[in-house]
Amino acid sequence: MPEFVNSWLKAAVLELQEYVRLCSAVVRGAFTRPFYYRDLIEQFDQIGWGSLTVVILTGVFTGAVLALQGGMTLDQFGARPFVGRLVSASMVKELGPVLTALMLTSRVGSAIAAELGSMVVAEQVNALRALGTDPVRKLVVPRVLAGTMMCPVLTVVSAGLGVIGGWVIATFQLHVASSVYWTSVLDGLYRQDPWMGLIKAVFLGFAIVSIGCHVGLRTHGGTQGVGRAVTNAVVAASVAVLAVDFFLTRLLITVMY
Amino acid sequence: MTPPAPRHDELSQTRQEILDATGAPVVVFDKVSLAFDDKVVLRDVSFTLIKGHTKIFLGASGAGKSTILKLILGLLKPDKGVIWVNGERVDLMNELELMRVRADLGMVFQEGALFDSLTVRENVGYKLWEELRWPLDRVDRRVEEILGFIGLAEHIDKMPSELSGGQRRRVAIARAMAAKPRVLLYDEPTTGLDPITATTVDEEIVKLRDLEGVSSIVVTHQLRDAFYIATHNALRNDDVRIVAADEDKSDEAEFIMLKDGGIVFEGPAGELKRSSDSYLRTFLS
Repeated sequence: MPEFVNSWLKAAVLELQEYVRLCSAVVRGAFTRPFYYRDLIEQFDQIGWGSLTVVILTGVFTGAVLALQGGMTLDQFGARPFVGRLVSASMVKELGPVLTALMLTSRVGSAIAAELGSMVVAEQVNALRALGTDPVRKLVVPRVLAGTMMCPVLTVVSAGLGVIGGWVIATFQLHVASSVYWTSVLDGLYRQDPWMGLIKAVFLGFAIVSIGCHVGLRTHGGTQGVGRAVTNAVVAASVAVLAVDFFLTRLLITVMY
Repeated sequence: MTPPAPRHDELSQTRQEILDATGAPVVVFDKVSLAFDDKVVLRDVSFTLIKGHTKIFLGASGAGKSTILKLILGLLKPDKGVIWVNGERVDLMNELELMRVRADLGMVFQEGALFDSLTVRENVGYKLWEELRWPLDRVDRRVEEILGFIGLAEHIDKMPSELSGGQRRRVAIARAMAAKPRVLLYDEPTTGLDPITATTVDEEIVKLRDLEGVSSIVVTHQLRDAFYIATHNALRNDDVRIVAADEDKSDEAEFIMLKDGGIVFEGPAGELKRSSDSYLRTFLS
């Protein structure tokens, strides 16, 4: 095997090993003392409340554009009244969780990687350890818990507003009656669909924040290293969102339907 | 018949009695070696820090000076050798056990490593409030006491970004000593500071050693500051004065010169100055 392939593989396996170690430390830290409650509340505020605007805008515009594009396609079959079905099924099961996760990746994943990376470079993480604080419990656990819990909440907001955005276009642009739209929205959803969206959001939230923390804590190489860490965190988390979404969808369809 | 093994609390009591005695060893390195891949950082390094004394590590950049502090704190593990800190063998401890040892250690990092998002008050009181869970009014009293001691009381509510480089280092010293540790570790505490500001930092180190009885390890390549710390003494009468130390007091501060991961000199300031070793002469010139 060529040397560069060998060293690349070693580095990849090492990254994976360290990521798994971090995740297991997070799980341990989430269920054992000490807890840093104030940091947890602060992260709920930053990740949840702080991301609300971008998630609202994403949801509304995605639902609206889905109705616009879907309306045109459905017109070919004379099925315009079913536009609500298309919007609700897409937003609740797929676009709601995935687009919310991608928005969180760009807003939260990058910020976490930058913040923790800067702390590592400035030796603040070592200072925490020297002061008797476990950095995983203080810095990672609150972020991961907040990300894992807030992603489903934001997904509900995003999907809900997406359906409302679709209603605005369906009613005022496509001239579909309101009652027809909302009946179609409900008809388009199976009972399991909202659960699928929520379960996905939990895993995606965990993936985004844990990757951001992992990359941030492994930053090296000064300010340049912080820049690299942010890029790596966003790229890795974005790819992870799409990959986890695919495999989870496959699994949930098998298990739930 | 073999006598029964001593109980854990009896061992702790014995250890405490040993550590409380004059001349007790608070940090012991025994043939410690460490390498990162092919690069040897430390090779068979051995030394002992006596209670209330100072060790000053000198050496070129990359000689392994800061690594020694990280080994004492357990931030790194040695490949070989034994490290004792306050009677505990830190080279065998896991992260959870190390927290107990770190409770009695303070570290001043290069550039201070203050938490940017916290005020001076919160930085200094961090350990007391967040880890030791002291009541807030007790934390405040202790923080005000320390900041008064190092002369930064009026900056208590400022953010680290509002302080000068020297003030940040002194706040870092205050943070390290807040919980009254028995050992303080200083990593390049005066690097990048002008001589006047550096002297104020040196004086804090001397005051903590002589007035608070803190054992110290200072890593530096600033010779002027190293000799200042070794050859000065803090006295408290009505006020605190820093004076030139007599020979016995100066001998309590030992210099250790590192080169290529090994110790090439260990001894007091006078002996270092008189050394005819060519490397030492080049370093000191």
